[in-house]
Amino acid sequence: MKLPPFQALLDEHRVEVYRFCVATAGRAEADDCFQETWIAALRAYPKLRRADNLRAWLLRIAHNKAMDLHRSRGRRPVPVESVPEPARAPTAPELAADDEPELWAAVRDLPPKQRTAVFCRTVLGMPYAELARLLESSEDAARRNVFEGLRTLREGWTP
Amino acid sequence: MIDNPNGTADLADGGDAALEAALRSSAAALPDAPSPELDERIAERAAGEELLDVAYATVDSPLGRLVVAATPRGLVRVAYTESATDAGVLEELARKVSPRILEAPARLDAARRELDEYFEGRRTQFELPLDWELTRGFTSRVLQATARIAFGSTSTYAEVATQAGSPRAVRAAGNALGANPLPVVVPCHRVLRTGGGIGGYTGGLERKEYLLRLEGVLV
Repeated sequence: MKLPPFQALLDEHRVEVYRFCVATAGRAEADDCFQETWIAALRAYPKLRRADNLRAWLLRIAHNKAMDLHRSRGRRPVPVESVPEPARAPTAPELAADDEPELWAAVRDLPPKQRTAVFCRTVLGMPYAELARLLESSEDAARRNVFEGLRTLREGWTP
Repeated sequence: MIDNPNGTADLADGGDAALEAALRSSAAALPDAPSPELDERIAERAAGEELLDVAYATVDSPLGRLVVAATPRGLVRVAYTESATDAGVLEELARKVSPRILEAPARLDAARRELDEYFEGRRTQFELPLDWELTRGFTSRVLQATARIAFGSTSTYAEVATQAGSPRAVRAAGNALGANPLPVVVPCHRVLRTGGGIGGYTGGLERKEYLLRLEGVLV
């Protein structure tokens, strides 16, 4: 298995991984999420069997690290994803288009898969096939996660 | 069903273009990159957890920029190149040593210090541990013979071939020196032609002459 030098991976995906961490784990936890992601990736790297789509592989690790951080800080219980959405309203009273941090605070309140799906789809423009791989789900499930996440966000959002 | 992920997807997403645009534009305000110190912390932690197989750094020298790389066993590569991504230095290390490679300047402080001292004329011998992993067989024997040539003295291709156990393999000795993964530190510049011709050098003859002048061999 011919793998590129790990530093090349870090150089190529540093920005995407960091923004993913800020968006999903929050600004205060972003550095921890980033560090944990790259250490875990480095640990697993030599055993990697395919070198295609390393972005999905890295963001899957970051997704798990963001969940771990949410859990360990006990900031809020992690929502169970199989329960149908009772339309959880974002915590911010009123979200406006120009109020960026609040919009992302609302994203962070989404269940983890929806949070990741919304970020990857809207910010990275990630194809559903790649998102499905990242979430280890079907493409239909990936689509549903984007859809549900955006629906929840829209309920608390005024353009 | 027509498979058109990008066309129908927008409707499936909920079709709220304004919300998605707001998410995109607000994401642009998210910080892009962590501080450089975070990279250093990651590299140090990787080393501490024995996950860093190759650390590298760039070093400025009178011969131009060098890329230096070390494994936990010692210095493994010195390359005349402007950046580590040039000339496939990192790819070679990934293939032949390990893909667990990170830029980690702190791991190469000793190498940098010894090289600086050498170029300033304050050091005549390198004391760094060396990792010979990138050399094999005859090449390895030629280079280990070369490593014993003292500062300010020279040898010949024929002599190092003899010391490597194959007196007639003069041309092969030349090739082995040309493949030296540790130039400067393993002083292949001290090997000349029998009769005094300067011979060749992977980094270019100007560099070889510079090093021989630095050591007082050429005036």
